[in-house]
Amino acid sequence: MSVKVNIPSVLRSAVGGSKSVEGQSGPLRELLENLGNQYPELREQVLDEDGQLHRFVNIYVNDEDVRYLDGLETKVAEGDVVAILPAVAGGDT
Amino acid sequence: MRFDDISSLVGNTPLVGIQKLSPNPNVRLWAKLEGQNPTGSLKDRIALKMIEEAEASGELSEDRVLLEPTSGNTGISLAFLARRRGYRLVCVMPETASKERTQMIQLFGGEVVYSPGKEGSNGAITMAQQMVEEDSKYLMLYQYGNEANPRAHYDTTGPEILRDLPEVTHFVAGLGTGGTLTGVGRFFAKNKPEVRIIAAEPEQGDLVYGLRSLDEGFIPPILDQSVLHGKVKVNAEDSVAWTQALAKEEGIFAGISAGATVFVARRYAQRMDAGDIVCLFADGGWKYLSTEIWTTQLEEAAERVEYMPW
Repeated sequence: MSVKVNIPSVLRSAVGGSKSVEGQSGPLRELLENLGNQYPELREQVLDEDGQLHRFVNIYVNDEDVRYLDGLETKVAEGDVVAILPAVAGGDT
Repeated sequence: MRFDDISSLVGNTPLVGIQKLSPNPNVRLWAKLEGQNPTGSLKDRIALKMIEEAEASGELSEDRVLLEPTSGNTGISLAFLARRRGYRLVCVMPETASKERTQMIQLFGGEVVYSPGKEGSNGAITMAQQMVEEDSKYLMLYQYGNEANPRAHYDTTGPEILRDLPEVTHFVAGLGTGGTLTGVGRFFAKNKPEVRIIAAEPEQGDLVYGLRSLDEGFIPPILDQSVLHGKVKVNAEDSVAWTQALAKEEGIFAGISAGATVFVARRYAQRMDAGDIVCLFADGGWKYLSTEIWTTQLEEAAERVEYMPW
């Protein structure tokens, strides 16, 4: 079993239109680097020039925002679900 | 109890045990019932503060028209205060907002302009910003960028929680403008820094995330991410399920984001040895009655609210 990575519509053209792709367990940064080798445009959009998470991109591991876990060093295990979402306004305002 | 006028009733909401929903007998769950505010949501606190500060600074005068992007609650709170103080108000609201919201804004004399539903709150913000640029009579208090918003929670919501539950260990609230989390978070950072501040982030319909580019992304300017210790996204189905459970198990009739905070509190409670988690219930269930989520099968109820702000 690998790791399911959900791709938001704004990034789907970078992965050939798929709603999700498969990644490898391990630190999130490695998962993203590996996916980036396969889909260079995805890496370009999700990470900035310094290799940090793009300001308007949220990544969740099992629904928890990695910015409040260990960031890109967050460990991803087999069977976890990774979700990439753009930061948008929401909630009851 | 005797008060000079209705706006004196803003804040000082009750904290109520919801222990039947705790998955861990050593972790107590509490609900702060913001539905008890005069117009039925926590937004009365920030509307009052934003108007008071704008009046004090001289920015708000009788010739200005208040304009606000809102999914409903803030619009209702502003409408109630604007009516009492004689100001005109225009609310920009996603067309998918529940119809009770339009009714409540209008019954207090507010006007409603709709933004495209599939653009969610992002669309309402963009439209309101354009209207302000085009017409200088508008004054946008702008809850997403107004420091009076977190200040209202720093001054009232946070102290009320510490007063009523000195043993509090965790605070969970929905993430919208970030005002509640930022204000309460800053209050505890100063007064009881070991309290963990957790955001329950509503996951919206797929189309809302369908930006043309990531540069259209939005982080509320007032959200201070440094005071948060965790953020969990919650989908419509889990939120509705726990909102239903609140009515069924605890006899509490709350809005949908309350269910999201319970979902998140339970996740944390399962990992903890012991503690006291406060869930902020942003509003009561009244404005969601038309969605019939309490009498509809879960899956269909969740679909019904997927594109509705909650």
